[in-house]
Amino acid sequence: MRAPLAILLPAFAFAASLAGAAPLSYDDARHLLNRTGFGATDAEIRRVAGMTREEAACTLLAETRTTAVTPPPAWTSDSGPLRYPRGQDASPEERKRFQQEQVRDGLELRGWWIGEMLDTPSPLTEKMTLFWHNHFVSAQQKVKLALLMYRQNVTLRENALGHFGDLLHAIARDPAMVLYLDSAQNRKGTPNENFAREVMELFTLGEGHYGEHDVKEAARAFTGWSLNRETGRFVFRPLLHDYGAKTVLGRTGNLDGDDVLDILLAKPETAEFVTRKLWREFVSAEPDEREVKRIAVRLRESRYDIKVALQALLTSDAFYAPENRGTLVKSPVDLVVGTLRQFGMRPGETVPFAVATAAMGQNLFGPPNVKGWPGGDAWINTNTLLARKAFLDRLFRADDAVGRGHTAAAPEMAGSASAMTEAITPAAAPADASGLARKIRFMRAMDRGLRRVHFDSDAWFDSLGGLSSARPANASRVLLAFAPQTEAQATAEPLEIVRQIVLDAAYQLK
Amino acid sequence: MDRRNFVKLAAAAALTPRLAFGLAAPGAGYRNLLVLIELKGGNDGLNTLVPYADPAYHALRPKLAIARDRVVQLSESVGLHPALEPLAALWKRRELAVLQGVGYPDPNLSHFRSIEIWDTASKSDEYLQEGWLTRTFGVAPTPKEFAADGVIVGSPDLGPLAGGGTRAIALATTEQFLRQARLAVPEGKATNKALQHILKVEGDILQAASHLKADYALSTEFPEGPFGNAIKTASQVIANRAGVAVVRVTLPGFDTHSGQAATQARLLGELAGGVTALRSALLELGRWNDTLVLSYAEFGRRPKENLSGGTDHGTSSVHFVLGGRVAGGLYGEQPALDRLSGDGNPAHAIDFRSVYATVLERWWGISSAGPLGGRFATLPILRA
Repeated sequence: MRAPLAILLPAFAFAASLAGAAPLSYDDARHLLNRTGFGATDAEIRRVAGMTREEAACTLLAETRTTAVTPPPAWTSDSGPLRYPRGQDASPEERKRFQQEQVRDGLELRGWWIGEMLDTPSPLTEKMTLFWHNHFVSAQQKVKLALLMYRQNVTLRENALGHFGDLLHAIARDPAMVLYLDSAQNRKGTPNENFAREVMELFTLGEGHYGEHDVKEAARAFTGWSLNRETGRFVFRPLLHDYGAKTVLGRTGNLDGDDVLDILLAKPETAEFVTRKLWREFVSAEPDEREVKRIAVRLRESRYDIKVALQALLTSDAFYAPENRGTLVKSPVDLVVGTLRQFGMRPGETVPFAVATAAMGQNLFGPPNVKGWPGGDAWINTNTLLARKAFLDRLFRADDAVGRGHTAAAPEMAGSASAMTEAITPAAAPADASGLARKIRFMRAMDRGLRRVHFDSDAWFDSLGGLSSARPANASRVLLAFAPQTEAQATAEPLEIVRQIVLDAAYQLK
Repeated sequence: MDRRNFVKLAAAAALTPRLAFGLAAPGAGYRNLLVLIELKGGNDGLNTLVPYADPAYHALRPKLAIARDRVVQLSESVGLHPALEPLAALWKRRELAVLQGVGYPDPNLSHFRSIEIWDTASKSDEYLQEGWLTRTFGVAPTPKEFAADGVIVGSPDLGPLAGGGTRAIALATTEQFLRQARLAVPEGKATNKALQHILKVEGDILQAASHLKADYALSTEFPEGPFGNAIKTASQVIANRAGVAVVRVTLPGFDTHSGQAATQARLLGELAGGVTALRSALLELGRWNDTLVLSYAEFGRRPKENLSGGTDHGTSSVHFVLGGRVAGGLYGEQPALDRLSGDGNPAHAIDFRSVYATVLERWWGISSAGPLGGRFATLPILRA
């Protein structure tokens, strides 16, 4: 790891500002790790503290991966034909069985991803995979098949820190995307403009940089991009493709889909659009347009090397500016995965935690629409804030209270369970007696899952070191970007100190 | 509510300081309560308001058609599903308006997308983040001392109250909400915008919790089951003294792709029982005359039944408006079953945004063009 770092360093050294040459403080390192990963531990923070900005960013980028470390659910390696009910011939039982199967597989898939986020040696890889999931949105609600959602996730991770152009080309022919944005319905003579529109508006240029005519013409270029319904793999159907001349953004020719994507990539607006979105994810809610333009040029000149953009963002003065610290709302995944990682909790069963993020408004593999989760302040409303607090309270309640709280917690979980099942299968949420019984069984299992997590608060404080009188201050320093609204009492029980800090509003921010 | 009535209301409000506050935002008559009932999954309109005299109906529904002698006749051509019999009394009192063919142009047949269109009052190809009520309360805020702008009962998603700075409370039961609300922190100092937002939401939770009670004594008997419980919770919420502009309850399960007859009969029975209990509770609270109850759903179902004794996703549907000041009767048009679109669906007769415009303009006295992103004709469904 040190070797590539030494090679990379000189290349970036020029751009480093004076402040960038100074070693990162503990607070700087925590800020960097909480923005690029999930809930950094004291040990993780200490590893990075003392590096320069350049070194720290290089280290994190050098550690990124292209594959998951967690073995996926067994059904992801099924090579047989896809089994799903077709058309009017499918019997109600067949449809029902399929739906239940997909709900079950979908839950398992969500649990798998949460598990990967917990175990990965490179949180930045998962953060970027999630970032692209929210950029190139597809949702199981429409795609239905959990298998295709899994394959898309693999593609996103493979390219998460590669080249944006490769990712764009891969996603355009990703089967889940082909279904999600109706490319499969896009045929010569009867074009479906869904993908052509969104690829310009949401994936590359952004609104205002193309016209309706460009959408119509681009849609023709993508005709015939379809999927094989037996294998679930991408297929190009020449008979359905429109081979006529098209004009997209001023370029004319017998353009196909790949040509259109390259036209989009050649536009500076695309690099700026992507940079702006990365800025909002990592730096602040309000991008600095001059900086965006500067970084976007480097992104485009590097043939859209995502690492180049991240290196620039993560070493910028804006990234470390005091006024940008603690100003981003943690996503539900940040909160749930970050808390578990932070406190060294590794639940055996991860599905309940995927259900918990769904209850807080982030149902993995199920963004609300093609625009993705709006994020930012929109993560927090009365419902989701109480879901967050109830979740944290549940994790850090004293053990004797857990016993008492058992039945009391059941209704809370009922909400999340229904949020999840309804999210995957809307309206089908069963209201009949057997459905209700299933729902209750499900929510009890979820509740048991949450209660099984083990946390030894004494050991945690011991690992931080220091006097017991400094416990609230030491804990706040690891956990919070700024001072809590209310200081915990040093004389309180260790678990109570943690509980108070995580219930503080400051814990919702990163 | 016509202009004359509104002036009367404003004059009365001037006498009570509580309301005068609300009227600082011009025209917000939020003492008028709105209760939304979401028929989640897409209720089949054609078997809710049955065109029993139409031969095309019987041809499209060889198995599911409801015979003339079973419907609750409302006119010479249409009648209610037999499970809605409890609503007959309201119909006779002219407190029930039935809206036929409520929908929108270029309908989307996905549950998710279509309910989003309804909740945000967007065009079919437009993506908006904020609910139509969120936008409304943005331009015409409710009185500050209200317990909340709106309360969502029994569903985690805020629907028409999503996004923005709305004071929307979602709760399963009042007891649970009050228990969880103890985790909210009363005060704080905001050092940045995100923190400010969180502290505001904590404040909203505490404000609602300080006004809601879980044990308001009502002599109304509520039906058993989840929907009856939701109606009971809604009634408890409405009983709070501080006020709330909107309450939404949800009745799920209408996605009847197979075996529709039994499922829909049960659900419509629950709906009728719940609405009847709600009316009784509101009469007890003296609120029936200033309450408007409105049903809505993402879409209706296809006129032609499928081979599984069910119906697939359709477009426009029938909706109900109830209340002490409702001008009862039939509105809109029966779907023209002999002139269905290529995918077998009827055209809509009433744009759902006209229903919203009616709520805004005539029930609350608010200009609807801003919140709804355009002008939509109001419906004469309220008595002067």
